[in-house]
Amino acid sequence: MSTNALSQHYAEQVQRVQDGLPGAIPEWLAGRRRGAAARFSEAGFPDPRQEEWKYTNVRPIATKPFMAAVTDAPLSEEALRAMGFQGLDAYRMVFVDGRLRTEFSDLADLPAGVTVQGLADALASDPDPLEPLLGTLAHDRFSSFAAANMAFLTDGAVIRLGKGVRLERPLHLLMVGSAGGPATWSHPRVLIQAGEGSDATVIEHYADLEGASGFTNTVTELRAEAGAQLRHYLLQDHADSAYHVGSVFVQQRRDSRVTSHNVNLGGRLVRHDLNVDLTEPGAEIELNGLFLVGGRQHVDTHTRVHHSSPHTTSREQYRGIGQGHGRGVFKGRVLVERGAQKTDAQQHSANLLLSPNAEIDTKPELEIYADDVKCAHGATVGQLDETSMYYLRSRGIDAEAARGMLVFAFADEVLERMELAPVRTSIERRLAARLPEAGAIDVIG
Amino acid sequence: MLKINNLQARVEAAEILKGIDLEVKAGEVHAIMGPNGSGKSTLCQVLGGRDGYEVTGGTVEFMGKDLFELEPEERAREGILLGFQYPVEIPGVKNIYLLKEAYNAQRKHRGEPEADTFQFLKLVREKLKTMQMDESFLHRAVNVGFSGGEKKRNEILQMLVLEPKLALLDETDSGLDIDALKVVSEGVNRLRSPDRAIVLVTHYQRLLSHIEPDFVHVLSGGRIIKSGDKTLAHELERNGYQGIIEEAA
Repeated sequence: MSTNALSQHYAEQVQRVQDGLPGAIPEWLAGRRRGAAARFSEAGFPDPRQEEWKYTNVRPIATKPFMAAVTDAPLSEEALRAMGFQGLDAYRMVFVDGRLRTEFSDLADLPAGVTVQGLADALASDPDPLEPLLGTLAHDRFSSFAAANMAFLTDGAVIRLGKGVRLERPLHLLMVGSAGGPATWSHPRVLIQAGEGSDATVIEHYADLEGASGFTNTVTELRAEAGAQLRHYLLQDHADSAYHVGSVFVQQRRDSRVTSHNVNLGGRLVRHDLNVDLTEPGAEIELNGLFLVGGRQHVDTHTRVHHSSPHTTSREQYRGIGQGHGRGVFKGRVLVERGAQKTDAQQHSANLLLSPNAEIDTKPELEIYADDVKCAHGATVGQLDETSMYYLRSRGIDAEAARGMLVFAFADEVLERMELAPVRTSIERRLAARLPEAGAIDVIG
Repeated sequence: MLKINNLQARVEAAEILKGIDLEVKAGEVHAIMGPNGSGKSTLCQVLGGRDGYEVTGGTVEFMGKDLFELEPEERAREGILLGFQYPVEIPGVKNIYLLKEAYNAQRKHRGEPEADTFQFLKLVREKLKTMQMDESFLHRAVNVGFSGGEKKRNEILQMLVLEPKLALLDETDSGLDIDALKVVSEGVNRLRSPDRAIVLVTHYQRLLSHIEPDFVHVLSGGRIIKSGDKTLAHELERNGYQGIIEEAA
């Protein structure tokens, strides 16, 4: 489609959404959406001339006239089970093409002090409490994708944990793509407000029904108040023909602790940004990431950890595996502000290339403006260790199985940090299934 | 069992093995001794099938098969097991998993049913006791964070579990204190049997006071320059390699 026709198309889409906003939209929200729509229209999709998009050409996305997906696709319990995590006892919210489907959701027995709602419901019934939460961490100036998410916002999840509340079971947000057309998009938004001293696990999980090939454009805003403990899983297991762009924004206050597990297995073209701001002393984040790219997949992961207060800690371990013609990117920025003394930041990126046609770029960036800090980073890109291969083979294990064991072990060093065993096991199996040479891996071993 | 005939090999441009002849029969224990750089490790790696070790002449037969026709894993399944001088650390692969995969690969090769986890654990626990290793070793990553002695014990543990026809031990005694040396030797002695052969490759005589060899060979400059019974090791202890090398020259 020509550039003019595309601009026309998106102008109409914006108008349609504005006209269709549910109920009496408060002015703060209408204003934010108008602003976002204007920014999206003006900036358009990013291009590789922009430093932040140097490794990722979004042309396959930017040349399509995306429209909202039809949301009443049928969905069977069986299909949900296949996508889910066997043995996981969790609260569940299921979204199809970005829309909450309450009939598949299970939020029974939430403890007092915990609110879990669909975003569309929350906006329709009582929008004002969302004013400080929605769009305040994720500025749409961040990227035109974030702007598009705000402009085309339809639904999502709102999770609010009151002071001192502990959510014993994890909350599983299953975001299912069902649309078969190549030009449908959805814009889920997840808002998490973890109150003082609260404790919870939230699994944000993207998957597709067979044949789905849409574009999912997500934004997550997560606030951890003083002393909150939050474990956030972001698992992207889309169909290989799907597009996914997502940003997570994390803001942490005093003595809060957040653990992020970010796994990218599927998707044709994937970009993920994780932005963390450690704003008060004692805030601590652990970032664990894994991506696997094969076939013609392209996965670009960026992390930015902002130590804006003294005595803050970050531990980051990202791993990438490239096979086939896969292309992976890790760009990790750690910024230590002037005055953020006693910052302790460690970042490590390790990458494994299994095919001569795969490519992984890793780019750690440390920017330090304080003088009393402990910061370390390392990045490697390599092939399987020949000595390890020989050692395993010398024990009678054939080359193929040995390769599988080593690749799996490499990935598992990240996955084993997941506290939820059913999720870990399921991801291990899905990973093994995507490694042709590791098909025979006994995950239990 | 093992017949090495005029074996020559090189690593990159360097000729290391210059014609080795050796025959090892079932039930025998051979010690191959030699100074640093004599070709001991190269001989082990050539027999193990490691890449980068190029055979330039001669033949090696194992149980009637041409060894050089076999991949490293096939050699292991046929019954040659190489104990590494420097056992490799493999992060993320649990010891128990490696042992079980190796054990079952061998059983599969012999057309036997694979052992289940329960049967296998029972077998391994018994072997752990011999090696005075705690069960926690099974659940640690292969050799990662093991001390030098623990690594060597782990090599012998693998031998005890896999029960090779020919155990080839490359400098298994290096880096062991006296207590670890005793445990490792005890493990190796357990392997001794009329239908199994053991080849010990070592620099020092001290291992041989714990594991008594039937034959001792002195390797120097890529050739076996002298063979004898265990008294040859004592002679080496007294006179050093230099004496024997000069005598052979």
